[in-house]
Amino acid sequence: MSKGFLEIENLSQRFPQPDSNDLLTVFEGVDVTIDKGEFVCLIGHSGCGKSTILNVLAGLATPTDGNVIMDNKEIKGPSLDQGVIFQNHSLLPWLTARDNVMFAVRARWPNWSKAKRREHAERYLHMVGLDDAMDRKPSQLSGGMRQRVGIARAFAIEPKLLLMDEPFGALDALTRGVIQEELLKIWSETHQTVFMITHDVDEAILLADRVLLMTNGPHAQVAESVKIDIPRPRTRATLHQEEAYYPIRNHLVDFLVEGAKVMSAKAQEAAARGDNPRHTPRIVNPARPEAEPEHSSQPGPRMVRAV
Amino acid sequence: MNREATLSIDTGTVERLMPLLRFADRTRRALQYPLLGIAGLFALWYWGGWAIANNEDTMAFASFAPGPTLAAFWDIVSSGAVWSPIESSLYRVGWGLGYAIAIGVPLGVMIGYFLTLKQVTHVPFQFLRMISPLAWMPIAVLAFATWDAAIIFLIAIAAVWPITYATAHGVQRIDPMWLKVGNNLGANPYHTLRYIVMPAIAQDVFAGIRLAVGVAWIVLVPAEYLGVTSGLGYAINDARDTLEYDKLAAFVLVIGIIGYMLDAICVRLIKRSSYHAEG
Repeated sequence: MSKGFLEIENLSQRFPQPDSNDLLTVFEGVDVTIDKGEFVCLIGHSGCGKSTILNVLAGLATPTDGNVIMDNKEIKGPSLDQGVIFQNHSLLPWLTARDNVMFAVRARWPNWSKAKRREHAERYLHMVGLDDAMDRKPSQLSGGMRQRVGIARAFAIEPKLLLMDEPFGALDALTRGVIQEELLKIWSETHQTVFMITHDVDEAILLADRVLLMTNGPHAQVAESVKIDIPRPRTRATLHQEEAYYPIRNHLVDFLVEGAKVMSAKAQEAAARGDNPRHTPRIVNPARPEAEPEHSSQPGPRMVRAV
Repeated sequence: MNREATLSIDTGTVERLMPLLRFADRTRRALQYPLLGIAGLFALWYWGGWAIANNEDTMAFASFAPGPTLAAFWDIVSSGAVWSPIESSLYRVGWGLGYAIAIGVPLGVMIGYFLTLKQVTHVPFQFLRMISPLAWMPIAVLAFATWDAAIIFLIAIAAVWPITYATAHGVQRIDPMWLKVGNNLGANPYHTLRYIVMPAIAQDVFAGIRLAVGVAWIVLVPAEYLGVTSGLGYAINDARDTLEYDKLAAFVLVIGIIGYMLDAICVRLIKRSSYHAEG
């Protein structure tokens, strides 16, 4: 078995239910491997446990079963090796943009001089285009600018793994587009390993090397690993002109509209039978279907136009 | 031609004077209403003094009026007699507030953090809070060896409640997200307290201290009427006993000025530590 940079092994999460003695299985048996420098997006319907997986990776939650190994070390709690960007920016409101980033930098490198911390923080704020707003406090920044500070802060501590939980969910469409491209730019300069949750199929196609698709809960599974076979650098303006774009997009949307439900029903039947839930996601490359042996076993009817 | 020349000189002069004019305008705007208020207070005071002086029954107290008071004020300031009572009073208020902060802030943090503690302490603390600090006076005199200690105790017990409850309020407003950020950056409990909780509640703590300063300064004067032979309260009582009403009023003026300054310091601290959670 090949060892990747990040190994998620047989991960399961079960919660006690208020009106029953049985545990509610949110997801189970998840096996996923992520390579160093890879940008991976996770898509799935609400309640399938996406955020729980991210919190486990961040060390902010403990799984019921299974473990996560990063760089040959088990993740057991929060650490500076895992940087997190939350949906609602989560800046400290009494600090300026620069001080928010410097605060994180100091946590990472306590022995650095103030000048060095400042220079480091400003470099990352510059990357997200905030040169003129460094002295402002979060209340004096727009929503998009705050999220940029959050991105700069997360990148500035140069974590081994960068985790993002719907980072642009609270932003308007225009701002989201701009910040997505800034994220791409900063990622292409640093090549962090990124694990990101999103609801937005186009966002995933623009950003990711690979999209993990999760079936609905309970007993959710990471059913597919879809390769985004579109060359970089990508831009929002030209993305839809790529030959691979529509096959990939259709595949993802099909899964969300139909596949997630069908596969979820199968997983629940399997769980009722007592099958071993451990699974690895099926590898799919919608851009080159001929290169894919299991293509015929594609689940669910194909829907050409889905919104 | 001639007219144009005059015009150009004028604009040049005006332009050079602009910064000065702008400064004058800013100063006027900042000061006009406060000055109006002060003038109103003086007018009222002057009218009161005039009314007292023109009433046969109260004529003996005519030196409460602004004229004699300001003369006496200048007297105690220039002779230096004003400093010793101020020093004694500030010493007592300082220690009283110091104890109140040392007890109130940690207590408030715990009450804000543990809901159980809040529920347990609610009735006893509200009960104690509503007892006038001066009602503790006889007990304080019995319990403490010196008058100074008794007065410090009275100030502390008056000032501890606003600080405690303002702190608890601040802790309850802490966004769990900020703690999560700290957690994610590997903060230990000390770091969390020092770099997240303290700055997050600073503005509430200072707001509590501002209220406490007001209460402490009010309690101080009646507390100094008894026992001690120093301080502003004693100075007022002493002036009354020796019928020096102008000096009495001068000390009232001193109390007001120092109280105002203490409050202004608190306002400064609140402003410096304040932030808006969402903009």
